[in-house]
Amino acid sequence: MSDTKTSRTDGRTPIIRIAGLNKSFESDTGTFQALRGINIDIDRGEFVCLLGASGCGKSTLLRIIAGFETASGGTASVFGRPVDAPGPDRGIVFQDYALFPWLTVHENIAFGPKHAGMGSKEVKRIADKFTEMVGLTAFTNHYPSQLSGGMKQRVAIARVLANDTDILLMDEPFGALDALTRAKLQEELLDIWQQTKLTVIFVTHSVEEAVVLADRIVVMSAGPGRVDCDMAVDLPRPRDVSSEPFNAVRRTVAQRLSSNLAPGRRLETGDAA
Amino acid sequence: MTNEVTIATQSQTVAPGDTAPAQPALSRAIVRRLRQIGLGLIFPLALIAFWEAMVRWTGTRLIPPPGDVLTMMWDFAFGGIYEDAFSASLPIHLWVSLQRVYGGFLAAALIGIPLGVALGRSALLRAMLDPTLSLLRPVPVTAWLPLSMIFFGLGPKSAVFLVFLGAFYPILLNTVFGVKSVDERLLEAAAMLGCKGSQLFRSVVLPAATPSIFNGLRLGHGFAWILIVVGEMTGVPEGLGAVIMDGRTLSRTDLVITGMIVIGVTGYLSDRLIVLLNNRLLRWSPQHHV
Repeated sequence: MSDTKTSRTDGRTPIIRIAGLNKSFESDTGTFQALRGINIDIDRGEFVCLLGASGCGKSTLLRIIAGFETASGGTASVFGRPVDAPGPDRGIVFQDYALFPWLTVHENIAFGPKHAGMGSKEVKRIADKFTEMVGLTAFTNHYPSQLSGGMKQRVAIARVLANDTDILLMDEPFGALDALTRAKLQEELLDIWQQTKLTVIFVTHSVEEAVVLADRIVVMSAGPGRVDCDMAVDLPRPRDVSSEPFNAVRRTVAQRLSSNLAPGRRLETGDAA
Repeated sequence: MTNEVTIATQSQTVAPGDTAPAQPALSRAIVRRLRQIGLGLIFPLALIAFWEAMVRWTGTRLIPPPGDVLTMMWDFAFGGIYEDAFSASLPIHLWVSLQRVYGGFLAAALIGIPLGVALGRSALLRAMLDPTLSLLRPVPVTAWLPLSMIFFGLGPKSAVFLVFLGAFYPILLNTVFGVKSVDERLLEAAAMLGCKGSQLFRSVVLPAATPSIFNGLRLGHGFAWILIVVGEMTGVPEGLGAVIMDGRTLSRTDLVITGMIVIGVTGYLSDRLIVLLNNRLLRWSPQHHV
């Protein structure tokens, strides 16, 4: 069920390569090491979940790949180039949506193409297409304040898809949603992923969510944050959460995760991101 | 567990939390509006009744009863009653006062908003200007009166300058605040969508700061109306402030109260204009509707 893929030897160039990555934050109380010695290679089209408890640095790792934080040591490369800034090749979906509240659903989705300098007809065509893809055509002219959490997150997903992103970085995107909406959006995300062949890195602390979604689960542990294990999920899709094989994987992953949280360990100072 | 089973069998239905809030019915909105107006009228009507009663009860001749003020207001606006220097002079006084209020206010906005944006964006500029601005800010505008009369002479320029000073600080400070407190997440979101530099400013910083800027404009506008009276007490022949000064000199309390009411009503209507603009530009944010 689990095999280590962090250091690959088959010679293919991964789309994302994290090599010997360290990250520490300086503060008045001293240096806090958030990540140490992270090595992960991710291939085109993979759906990878970064799974771990608060404070394991999973969000920090995602933010480094996104270009919002810089590594203190080692490298994070995307398409063979070291990441030094955010860019449209990496679309991010935040837990708190980060929609532009003064723009309508359609205008939010059109934001990327519009700023890329496309003609207004092309912008409209793209925005229409992705508004429809996430099922919000009836809400085109609504403002974010008029939408539910699930709808906002659909807009956030459509916004990065419309920007023709290659890599989808998702930072606990469904963490603030109720269970039903969450399950629905997981299902929709998988549909979109299968349609678009995107590479997805999905940060979560939910074992079940990781097993439902991922091709591969990278379990992280804290103090300082590091990769505890990297396991492939070989369950067929669509996955039946009540099936015996699903539960077997879930058990394995949960055990792995809780072995990192043995009593007596020092508590982390909260999720660094 | 049961959640997922439910979802799997009803995958076409929309999840419960997933509908937009409904718009309230129009008729209910009208009823609520009328109720609002009715509630707002109770207190001023009671106040006028109290005024009338007190004038009768004390028999004072220093304060005219509401009826006399109403007559004065009519004469001030249309003439035909007293036929003195103030009859039908409302339009000219109102017009010059409006010009001065809007002149000073617009100058404050034209300087305060760009300067506020620059201060909000540049730590260097803040370090250079903030101490000076912070020192000057607590000085009451009325304390500038003598200097402003030396700079601009006795007359309308001095009044405009005082209005400008009064409106400037609220506009400046709120703009700085709005620009500085743009949600970091929105800047990140824009950056990852490929928006940067001057685009970032125009497409994210400015719209995000708009609620705050409007807050400043509204406050500054209020101060502008307060200061016009002070400004026009410096020896200008026309203007609502000048009318109040004349009324005082001539012991025409009805004229003073008339001037006060005209300023109150005009300031209120003028504020509604800003509110209208505010609600139009900020229709995306119900919590910023006034």
